[in-house]
Amino acid sequence: MDIQVRVWRQSGPADRGRMVGYDVKDISPDASFLEMIDVLNEKLILDGDDPIAFDHDCREGICGACSMVINGVAHGPEKATTTCQLHMRHFKDGDVIDVEPWRAAAFPVIKDLVVDRSAFDQIIQAGGYISAPTGTAPDAHATPVPKKDADAAFEAATCIGCGACVAACPNGSSMLFTAAKVTHLGLMPQGQPERDSRVIDMLQAQDDAGFGGCTNMGECAEVCPKGIPLSLIGRLNSDYRKAIAKS
Amino acid sequence: MAVDTPIPKTKNAAGASATPTPRKVVRPSSIILKITMAVSGILLVLFLYVHMIGNLKIFLGGTDFDHYAHWLRDLGTPLLPHMWYLWIQRGVLTLAVLAHIYTAAVLTIRAKKARPVKYAHRPKVQGSYAARTMRWGGVIVLLFIIFHILDLTTGTVNPVGDHEHPYANVVADFAPDRWYVTLFYALAIVAVGFHLWHGIFSAARTLGQQTEKGQRRAKTIAAVLSAVLVVGYLSVPFSVMVGLVD
Repeated sequence: MDIQVRVWRQSGPADRGRMVGYDVKDISPDASFLEMIDVLNEKLILDGDDPIAFDHDCREGICGACSMVINGVAHGPEKATTTCQLHMRHFKDGDVIDVEPWRAAAFPVIKDLVVDRSAFDQIIQAGGYISAPTGTAPDAHATPVPKKDADAAFEAATCIGCGACVAACPNGSSMLFTAAKVTHLGLMPQGQPERDSRVIDMLQAQDDAGFGGCTNMGECAEVCPKGIPLSLIGRLNSDYRKAIAKS
Repeated sequence: MAVDTPIPKTKNAAGASATPTPRKVVRPSSIILKITMAVSGILLVLFLYVHMIGNLKIFLGGTDFDHYAHWLRDLGTPLLPHMWYLWIQRGVLTLAVLAHIYTAAVLTIRAKKARPVKYAHRPKVQGSYAARTMRWGGVIVLLFIIFHILDLTTGTVNPVGDHEHPYANVVADFAPDRWYVTLFYALAIVAVGFHLWHGIFSAARTLGQQTEKGQRRAKTIAAVLSAVLVVGYLSVPFSVMVGLVD
């Protein structure tokens, strides 16, 4: 199939950047979206042009590296799918496809489609962990966890930290990401000692990084490749309110 | 995302470790702002319901309606002097409105700053129409409140403007030749309805509603509460217009 892609090209953080159109011919409908960009990049390199910089790693939909806003939707048109797992068969021959980086003040563009997502690392460092003694790993069943809590915590833990929630949010908010981490750890017995300080510190780190506030619109959950539910934000709000009341 | 790799923090951490600069002005956290918005919003919704019940007294006739309006001024007597309750309520409502607007403004500014570069290609956001129009809808509602107070509280822009006979003010207000007032009133009420449709759900979520089942319930309750308000408020100008109330 033949398509045209219009890609955000920005040579570096200081460059203003612009959308540039490229014709991509003879792409297999079974190629992934990233493979289509790979093919385009090979051609660009042969032509002596600068290839399009983009983040990718596992290409299995589990690492959260790929980050493209495709036709205005983070990770493209398929629900619960990362860009690397999106295939060209979901597009039509002759389509014009716009590809942009995540747009957020907290995710500055490094080059083309690559953004700096270390703001997420700062949120994690502020409290997205449990303190555990070193030594031999305890038996997995040493601390009983109710099945319901284990399942809910696992659902939240599937967040791969890709940042699509921020890219989609009209307020550039990372609330779904923070909510997933707070829920994942806060539901487990091991997460209880730091539950209050975790939510306060992670929210502080999120606000400090320049993310917006949540208006409960639900864009984030729509694009989340892991289907993290919007309702977790209610849990974050509730945990935060209780933690503040105690502090 | 590698959590266990120590990633050098950018400007914030580097600056803080080199020179212990005094911590910048403490900003209210986004959730504190949201909670303030939710609580002030709920107060305003409660008021809207009480106000609507009062409005519906118009269907009992002019004497009942005027009597109710006069009673409001003596509410709380003899514990409170004449008009005191009314002024206390006005004070609380004004504070709630100011808190609501202030938090909305701060959150809006933060949201704008959070996305300095817009998307070149951005389809209509998937959130509901009500959710997308919260900010401008809120501005329209504020403009309406100002007009409404000048019209039916102070009577400044009301053709009758008689403090002793609110029934006459209402009937004069929605007279057929003042169709533009009725139209503005109707549009503003619909704007309030949309605002609350998302607002009531959003307040519930902000105050901790966190289950999928509860989300469906909260959205249904928000829709019903907003619809009842819209119908209740629109029934008055509609009845005056068609001559049911005159």
